[in-house]
Amino acid sequence: MHYDMPPMRPVNRTPGNEAPISSAIDDPIIEFQQVTYSVKGRTAPLISQLSLAVNSRETLVLLGRSGSGKTTLLRLINRMLVPSSGEVVVEGKSTVNWDAIRLRRHIGYVIQEAGLFPHFTVAENVGLVPKLEKWDPARIEKRTDELLKIVGLDPKEFASRRPAQLSGGQRQRVGVARALGADPSILLMDEPFGALDPVTRSELQREFSALAQRLGKTIVFVTHDLREALLLASRIVLLQNGRIVASAEPQEFLRIDHPEVKAFSATLHGVPGAPA
Amino acid sequence: MTPWNFMVTHRSEIWSATLDHVALVLIAMSIAIVIAVPLGMFIVQRPALRTFSLGLASVFQTIPSLALFGFLIPIPFIGGIGPRTAIVALVLYALLPILRNTYVGLSGIDPAVLEAAEAMGMTDTQILTRVRLPLALGIILAGIRTATVITIGVATIAAAIGAGGLGTFIFRGVAMVSDAVILAGAIPAALLAILADVLLALVERRLRIP
Repeated sequence: MHYDMPPMRPVNRTPGNEAPISSAIDDPIIEFQQVTYSVKGRTAPLISQLSLAVNSRETLVLLGRSGSGKTTLLRLINRMLVPSSGEVVVEGKSTVNWDAIRLRRHIGYVIQEAGLFPHFTVAENVGLVPKLEKWDPARIEKRTDELLKIVGLDPKEFASRRPAQLSGGQRQRVGVARALGADPSILLMDEPFGALDPVTRSELQREFSALAQRLGKTIVFVTHDLREALLLASRIVLLQNGRIVASAEPQEFLRIDHPEVKAFSATLHGVPGAPA
Repeated sequence: MTPWNFMVTHRSEIWSATLDHVALVLIAMSIAIVIAVPLGMFIVQRPALRTFSLGLASVFQTIPSLALFGFLIPIPFIGGIGPRTAIVALVLYALLPILRNTYVGLSGIDPAVLEAAEAMGMTDTQILTRVRLPLALGIILAGIRTATVITIGVATIAAAIGAGGLGTFIFRGVAMVSDAVILAGAIPAALLAILADVLLALVERRLRIP
């Protein structure tokens, strides 16, 4: 595997915003306020007393091991889960005050293996949320074509295919297009590239990185892959046992002196013969 | 008398017994579907009720059919002699394959697909009607097909309690020790079963998701 080593990666972000002023300027579109989430029969809560603000148009990567609470955090945003205590505020309104259906149609969601509907064509998958929102068919078709082009699939070739007739990478592209269906301002992504082969994954990561900057969406991206986090994030939040243990921009992240950060940075090295 | 001669001379009688037979099967299957498919949908999320209802439906299947018909005769309202009792018994037999396949079909759907459906903002009803049922339809239909073939066979025994149908010839043939008469009931019943199986297989294939 060979691509730019993350710490040296050129970033097209303005230098000088290392200072923690960014959150004071941008207004948070998603805010966790002292959120605890626990399930019955488990002593330790999955999320404990967590506070976090996600700014508009940033790509926030939630990094952590399995069971660290990343996916739980994501599911709290679109009200697939409701906090046991504390509040998750989306666009100024606590998720418990949002109508769950309205909120979810308002937020794009991409999961591992894409979760495409096998009985729908590619176009029907992509046009699902617009259809649920009762757009007229001509507008849905136009939107579907546009989205397929955005994710690099030719509508003529792919619109009428079934998910079973696509490769893993193509399915994931359709998954991204579907999430963008009704032009949501927030995109939640749960290890979207996790099940792909390394070459395809790397391709999609680079394309998605460019796409994310072009679209200007607020993206919350879950991964356990530090390379992916460094490549895509405008900010990395590291979770451990349902708590935030580190939060920094990619350039700063590896310099943080915390055992869990060290544990993750160790994954970047350790391939014999690879450029370190 | 050869079986062929018997069938030709009694063709109108055989034809009307066949129609009776088909009617028995259709009525029993309709009732069984109306009970088992919604019940199957209902038990997907309820493990305790699932164990109970699948267990109960299995128990009915283990009762020998002739005995089941016998047991039902003395029961008030649903019992007695005639087609009504027979239909009750046939429904009880048909329940298990439909119920089990409905449950298996609905619960075997890829969790990622269901998660996506929920996250896209589909309501529970939309998830059921647009995702779960279409994806489970092939398997539910396979259950209906199995149940139909079983019911066509078991319905021949319904003649023992005066329900009519093709079993009438079989029982008469047994009493008369006449192969020709037995075959006059058995051959049309077998043909019906094959026909139903082939037709439903075609429907099933058309509805199955690639």
